[in-house]
Amino acid sequence: MSDQPAITLSDIGKTYVVRTKAGALRRHRNEVKAVDGVSFAVEAGEMVGYLGPNGAGKSTTIKMITGILTPTSGRLRVLGLKPVAQRRMLAKHIGVVFGQRSQLWWDLPLIDSFDLLHHVYATEPGRHKHNVAEFIDRLDLGEFLTTPVRQLSLGQRMRGELTAALLHDPELVVLDEPTIGLDVVSKHAVRTFLQDVNAQRGTTVLLTTHDLDDVEQLCKRMLIIDHGRVLLDQSVADFKKEHGTRRTLVVEFEHVVDPVQLAHATVARCEGPQQWLSFDRSVTTAAALISELAELHAIRDLSIDEPEIEDLVRGLYKS
Amino acid sequence: MDSPASLGLYGRLLGARVRSDWQYRTSFITLLFSQALVTVLEFVSILLVLELVPNLGGWTPTEVAFLYALATVPFGMADLLMSSVERTANHVQAGTFDRLLLRPLPALFQISAIEFELRRAGKLLPSLGVGVWAVANVDVAWNAQRVGVLVMAVLCGAVIYSALWVASASVSFWAVGSREAANAVTYGGQAANQYPLHVYRNWVRAVLGWGIPLAFVSYVPSQWILDAENPLGMPSNLVVAIPVVTVAVLVAALGCWGLGIRHYQSTGS
Ligand SMILES: Nc1ncnc2c1ncn2[C@@H]1O[C@H](COP(=O)(O)OP(=O)(O)O)[C@@H](O)[C@H]1O
Ligand SMILES: [Mg+2]
Repeated sequence: MSDQPAITLSDIGKTYVVRTKAGALRRHRNEVKAVDGVSFAVEAGEMVGYLGPNGAGKSTTIKMITGILTPTSGRLRVLGLKPVAQRRMLAKHIGVVFGQRSQLWWDLPLIDSFDLLHHVYATEPGRHKHNVAEFIDRLDLGEFLTTPVRQLSLGQRMRGELTAALLHDPELVVLDEPTIGLDVVSKHAVRTFLQDVNAQRGTTVLLTTHDLDDVEQLCKRMLIIDHGRVLLDQSVADFKKEHGTRRTLVVEFEHVVDPVQLAHATVARCEGPQQWLSFDRSVTTAAALISELAELHAIRDLSIDEPEIEDLVRGLYKS
Repeated sequence: MDSPASLGLYGRLLGARVRSDWQYRTSFITLLFSQALVTVLEFVSILLVLELVPNLGGWTPTEVAFLYALATVPFGMADLLMSSVERTANHVQAGTFDRLLLRPLPALFQISAIEFELRRAGKLLPSLGVGVWAVANVDVAWNAQRVGVLVMAVLCGAVIYSALWVASASVSFWAVGSREAANAVTYGGQAANQYPLHVYRNWVRAVLGWGIPLAFVSYVPSQWILDAENPLGMPSNLVVAIPVVTVAVLVAALGCWGLGIRHYQSTGS
């Protein structure tokens, strides 16, 4: 199993059929092409980011990979299995996290879900105990283990979801927007944990996100998808070199001043005492710019705008 | 999945369901209590009605009670264990059916356990009461063969009703709103099946015999076990067909279910 890719998609398509009411009995039949000829492979042990704006087709792809949805066209293999036809066998070997949807028993204490999953996956008891102890320690679950899941904060719940998805030692973990809506601390916890799982257990990881930071910090390789098609498939390092280095520094001065003149930044926008300075991270740093600015005028507030995935996708279409 | 292990797992999933319900214990207890009351009332009213039943096409009131029990006990068993598949429609609509497909267990097994409702046992108890009473009072020389056919009829009946539920729940993968129409088949068929087949018009007989073959749940085995009047002139060895019909219905229902799962579209976001 180790010499073949963990996931192979060859020209995969998915068309949803949507029926809308048009009068008492008549229905309109609409087709939505959510995924349109996607091909890529993920090697065992890789950690790949699957990026795209809202509605790009990320979740649809994940649902086909995990055997929830039947592809309309194309060929799909996951861990050497056909996801829909061999769904239950595949389920034993993969872990799945949906950021928007819980896999836990909503009304029961978190620890009960772990115990139930132990039996659902028939995990060897020693292995289960070891994993539970390890994940409680790493993800700091101790404080809320006996709290009903519905009472957990999003960050706490997500840490529970990650544990639930990994308790049965899956070879592949698939995560759909695992960091969506999380605060900075929980995001960091999730990222560090995934990195460790990938590095120490050799688990293959495929994660979707619309947060570029997730990918920059976690993955060596990324794919960008939009309107159901793969726009880009390259190493994160190359991507950063080509696209990911422009940043915007937003400064608010104490008083309204003329647009500043700096060697390595240009004023993109000016609004009262606020100015938007665009700069290239490979040429200068935000810290250098800030010290230059501080010598010119008194500063009230500062922030750095990260590029949004939507902007990047727009850029990709242009180039 | 070997069967003792899956029985234990089913128990655990049921336990989780009951503990979840227990989180809202006031409504849980109220519901159980009111169901218990309804159950007692239903049992009393059935006995009262059976007292008044005239001979239906040559069947004595006790024989009708036997047939009634043979229709309603399997129905109650199927109701308790499998009518939770009705909830498929809700899971499809909410997209939470996804979760069932991500676990290494059959989706039917899971939905049966996670949507289990103890109060459904309330429908089974009065039927069992009638059944016990009818078996004790009916004019039959019980022997191994008759007991065997009775047990087989109960089990096959439970499977046939379960299969009808599964088939009608499968409809929700295509059209969520059509569940009520599908329910007409299970509940309507069940209601009709509580009386001897020969009291009905021909088209009802045809539907119950060959469409949704509920006649094989109670009328066919009752007539054979009781050696009762046979105004329809059924062949005497028709009971042999019961397991065959059961398997056919089950295969068809599981086929619909499998097709439905393949057709499942989940929901956006
Ligand atoms: N169950 C569904 N039924 C109909 N249309 C859907 C369904 N799920 C997603 N879509 C549509 O398919 C497209 C891709 O959706 P999705 O895969 O959820 O994108 P993403 O996860 O990248 O936001 C969108 O246009 C969305 O509206
Ligand atoms: Mg999505």
